[in-house]
Amino acid sequence: MKDVVEVHNVGMKYQSLDGEITALTDINFGVRDGEFISIVGPSGCGKSTLLSIISGLLPSTSGSVFLGGEKVSGVSRKIGYMLQKDYLFEWRTILQNVMLGLEIRKAVTPEVKERAVEFLKTYGLYEFRNKYPGQLSGGMRQRAALIRTLMTDPEILLLDEAFAALDYQTRLAVNDDIYAIIKQENKTAIVVTHDIAESISMADRVIVLSKRPGTVKKIYDIALTCTERTPMSSREAPEFRHFFLGIWKELDVHVELA
Amino acid sequence: MSNSLRLSPEHKAFLHQVRLGQIRIRLTQLLILVTAFALWEFLADAKIVDPFITSQPSRVLKTIISLYEQGVLFYHIGITCLETVVGFLLGTVLGTLIAIILWWSEFLSKVLEPYLVILNSLPKIALGPVFIVWIGAGPAAIIVMTLAISLIVTVLEVVNGFWAIDQEKIKLVQTFGAGKFQILTKVLLPASLPTIINALKINVGLSWVGVIVGEFLVSKAGLGYLIVYGGQVFKLDLVMTSVIILGVAAFVMYQGVVLLEMLLVRRKAH
Repeated sequence: MKDVVEVHNVGMKYQSLDGEITALTDINFGVRDGEFISIVGPSGCGKSTLLSIISGLLPSTSGSVFLGGEKVSGVSRKIGYMLQKDYLFEWRTILQNVMLGLEIRKAVTPEVKERAVEFLKTYGLYEFRNKYPGQLSGGMRQRAALIRTLMTDPEILLLDEAFAALDYQTRLAVNDDIYAIIKQENKTAIVVTHDIAESISMADRVIVLSKRPGTVKKIYDIALTCTERTPMSSREAPEFRHFFLGIWKELDVHVELA
Repeated sequence: MSNSLRLSPEHKAFLHQVRLGQIRIRLTQLLILVTAFALWEFLADAKIVDPFITSQPSRVLKTIISLYEQGVLFYHIGITCLETVVGFLLGTVLGTLIAIILWWSEFLSKVLEPYLVILNSLPKIALGPVFIVWIGAGPAAIIVMTLAISLIVTVLEVVNGFWAIDQEKIKLVQTFGAGKFQILTKVLLPASLPTIINALKINVGLSWVGVIVGEFLVSKAGLGYLIVYGGQVFKLDLVMTSVIILGVAAFVMYQGVVLLEMLLVRRKAH
């Protein structure tokens, strides 16, 4: 089967008055339909830049990205993007927030509104549809943000450190929650994270990027023995720590002592 | 709401304490006002101060009644209030529009920056005579004067508000394919509503300055005119009366904006 996401020799150079920074160089990988990919790498290696390039928000300086065989130029409708925080607009109710994407695409119809209500019902936010984001817990807000993304019916979800703003316990719960929803809706997902455990727990494959300029260092196929895979049960699998150690070594993190 | 039926005694005591505190503040405020006016009345009555120069509350009241009987009280108040409202609404709307243009075009905003700085630091009152010569002595010149005072502040305030908005919120709508206009309507304007209301609050005060200065210069009608006229003919009763009415009008208008804020910016916190 053909890959839904193909990244070909992507490179990115940032220009500034102080000179040129090569953020990414020669990135190549593909993502299969329905696959869950994690991208890990040391901070500043260009993980988020890579996601922006895949989404079409940022044009790469070399190479190209194909989504379902189509070359990316400009923001693609096949993409659903989740940012570091939920960024629910505090002046909109949950229902209005969830409708944002379709409103921007001028695709609001009564059927679509019904779908939003269905989503909110399915994922336990129906009673909160007329509340404002400030009245929801962190986990619920994250779920609302995911529904907002799913409303535009994207084929591929890009999650950019989407859980980084949550505290650890909430984060573990939200990992399970979001993972279940993504699997249930049958989406392909690419997750960027700096949390090694998180990357293994959710992904079918983990792509390790090198230090800047970022390039693909190694790709791990995550094969875990667990009866029903969830991010939580993955953490209990016997192979988990081997992957953890492998990736940790690959990342080659040092604390520079001054 | 639902638990208001079964308050614990401690909570009841706490609420009572809070209410008591509020009442004490209000009473003290009222006391200061009453004392000041009573003292003023007494000092003038006892000829400790000369009421011809300082006026006194009873004379102010008489002046208000006589202005009312001549049928000009609400005429002057109305003219000044109208000029102020037009001035500050226009200042806010135009200021926001200019801020949008500056946000839209980075080039323009960089080109205009030094001019904005100069205009902001220039005492706009110096332009008063220019406006009168250009526009003619009348309400139009007064409104332009008001605009001159409030416009630049609004522009700077709103532009800064725009730049303070989290860029990630803009990125979010861009991931849905939003262009510049939709970034403006879906993010910038709703997110800046508190900033714009804040500008409105500042503008209320500035507009009063503009209107009164304008009326000082043009002097045909309005509370500013009454103040200048009263000063020239040494009718301090008229001056004091106008100042007091001005204070009340300014207060009412400010409260109006506060009310507007409560209606428009209903941020649900919990």
